[in-house]
Amino acid sequence: MRKAFKLQDLDCANCAAKMEADINSIDGVSKATVNFMTQKLMIDADVPDAASFGTIVDRAQQICSKYEPDCLILR
Amino acid sequence: MNAKQKRWRNRIIVALVLFALSYLVAESGWLASQLGYPGALYAEFALFLVPYLVAGYDVLVKAARGIVRGNAMDESFLMTVATVGAFALVLFPDTEPHMAEGAAVMLFYQVGELFQSYAVGKSRKSIADMMDIAPEFANIMVDGELTQVDPYEVSPGDEIIVKPGERIPLDGVVVQGASQVDTAALTGESVPRQARENDEVISGCVNLTGALTVRVTKPFEDSTVSRILELVENASEKKARTENFITRFARYYTPVVVGIAVLLAVIPPVILGGGWADWIQRGLVFLVVSCPCALVISVPLSFFGGIGGASRVGILVKGSNYLEALAQVDTVVFDKTGTLTNGTFAVTAVRSAGALTREELLDLAAHAEAYSNHPIAASVRAALGCALDHARIEGVEEVSGHGVKALVDGQEVLVGNGKLMRAHGVAWEENDVAGTVLYVAKAGAYAGCVVIADELKEDAAAAIAALHEAGVRRTVMLTGDRADVARAVASDLRIDEFHAELLPQGKVEQVERLLEANARASAKGKLAFVGDGINDAPVLTRADVGIAMGAMGSDAAIEAADIVLMDDRPSQIARAIRVARKTMSIVRQNIVFALGLKFAVLILAAFGIANMWMAVFADVGVAVLAILNAMRAMSVKKL
Repeated sequence: MRKAFKLQDLDCANCAAKMEADINSIDGVSKATVNFMTQKLMIDADVPDAASFGTIVDRAQQICSKYEPDCLILR
Repeated sequence: MNAKQKRWRNRIIVALVLFALSYLVAESGWLASQLGYPGALYAEFALFLVPYLVAGYDVLVKAARGIVRGNAMDESFLMTVATVGAFALVLFPDTEPHMAEGAAVMLFYQVGELFQSYAVGKSRKSIADMMDIAPEFANIMVDGELTQVDPYEVSPGDEIIVKPGERIPLDGVVVQGASQVDTAALTGESVPRQARENDEVISGCVNLTGALTVRVTKPFEDSTVSRILELVENASEKKARTENFITRFARYYTPVVVGIAVLLAVIPPVILGGGWADWIQRGLVFLVVSCPCALVISVPLSFFGGIGGASRVGILVKGSNYLEALAQVDTVVFDKTGTLTNGTFAVTAVRSAGALTREELLDLAAHAEAYSNHPIAASVRAALGCALDHARIEGVEEVSGHGVKALVDGQEVLVGNGKLMRAHGVAWEENDVAGTVLYVAKAGAYAGCVVIADELKEDAAAAIAALHEAGVRRTVMLTGDRADVARAVASDLRIDEFHAELLPQGKVEQVERLLEANARASAKGKLAFVGDGINDAPVLTRADVGIAMGAMGSDAAIEAADIVLMDDRPSQIARAIRVARKTMSIVRQNIVFALGLKFAVLILAAFGIANMWMAVFADVGVAVLAILNAMRAMSVKKL
């Protein structure tokens, strides 16, 4: 499953790079990109259903908040 | 500036005023006269703390939150340590006080951050504007009334109405109306195209002159405009080597610099037995320079700008890595038909054997071929340029594999290949020009010949010249066509090397051979293959960079290639290379400039020459300059 999200208040490019690295290491994620310019997060995950994809997005939100407290994944 | 940035700006101004006041009070000596030593020092400390906190309280909060969340090494934290450190030097009463510097550094840092945020917002916006080719609505007829709907809701087969000045929202076929269509947003070509009934129109183009009724052929998500936007936005997923290098570099840079900062602050004073304040200050300067933001922002921004700018002139690049590879291309391999030639046949020469003028000869041939539907016959009729008089033609007989026999003006005319001439015992002259030769005989006597060949594209020769000028070492043409045709085209266009009579598999083999030769020469030069994307998918994928051209509306080409040229002008290839080179040079400038300045300040700081001011400039100042430089990548119109 592959989905793109808008990121709100993504202000720091270095943080975006760190977020990307960390989100990529979540179990089940086959590829994730954080695009600082377009402020978009793309997650491509190998999961059976929408619920487990949701869990991955929750985890991604935690990672984003760790680096940028204000940064919100809009879904 | 958005509301958040405005509040930020106002806060900085307030802090700046407070700082100026504090500075005046501190410099006036009034505190010293009132409070004496060390009381005045502590008063000053409190005084500068006010502008410091006004300017930087959010940075302190962010740093604290970062520590709590286990992410200590961020910019806020480093700035906090550096500035708090400057204030803490008050504990070493034997040195000059650094409170003013601490407050000023925080202020300056915030000014730089604001600039940076503003510049990033600006570039985000101009890139977004540039990509503003997405149609917002489609007009459909509902109960005799024109209604605007979301393009997503329109399905294939529906009819939409596009008024003059509106953007065509979905791909389709014109069923009614005639107009001019501006394709500039997709192809960069400023000359408008005609759109009449039964013509295909592409979404994203602007309808200029008349209202069009269009029968939709593709749903919105498969329409050209959606595919292009998706392609360009996702292009940043495929990162260039340079980008990956910077990301990796950034991961080590900060911890290493922070580590050195700690060592610098501790080891020398221990060894030398003193001078703590001085060495700690040097360490603090290191901390300020330790954020790699300038690089981390500006490198992807340059690529993004280059890809975005290229898309505006009809060059779609599917990833930063392809842009990087394109900049290193030194061998360009072409497919002939559809790439350098139009892929349509046209009369290129008419040679009379003596008795007839060239016009008469062409007239005869065209009339004899009047009823044939072979493309070659069509091109002969097209070359004549005027209507045929069917009354002059009688008894047409097509001889399969040979040509045509007919009575024109009551005389027997033969038009066909050498076999036809031989079969009728005509004394004809063999002609060895490139192309298909039609021999013409009138009343049993040889009259001359008409040469038909695939036409070269108008800008093909200029395109090859431009490639050589752009530094491409070798141009190669591959074709399934006959060797003499290929030789003629290659020499006309000044192509360095050609291989003819190749099957599709043969083209792959040739490209592999060239790739191997490149690798053996250990040159870093990359190989690009240019085709029309229809049946050369294997070669496109095999080459370092696969370029498909003439792709307006062709899904197959967009899928197979790394770089897609929306129109079919081969001169766009050289342009794409120039765009890639410019982008790469901006990337390099930014890397050299940012790293160079940072290292310079680090070295100066280690020797105690650089102060906090220089350090802040090397941090945020460099970031702003690098962003501004990166924005240049977007302007490719003149390339």
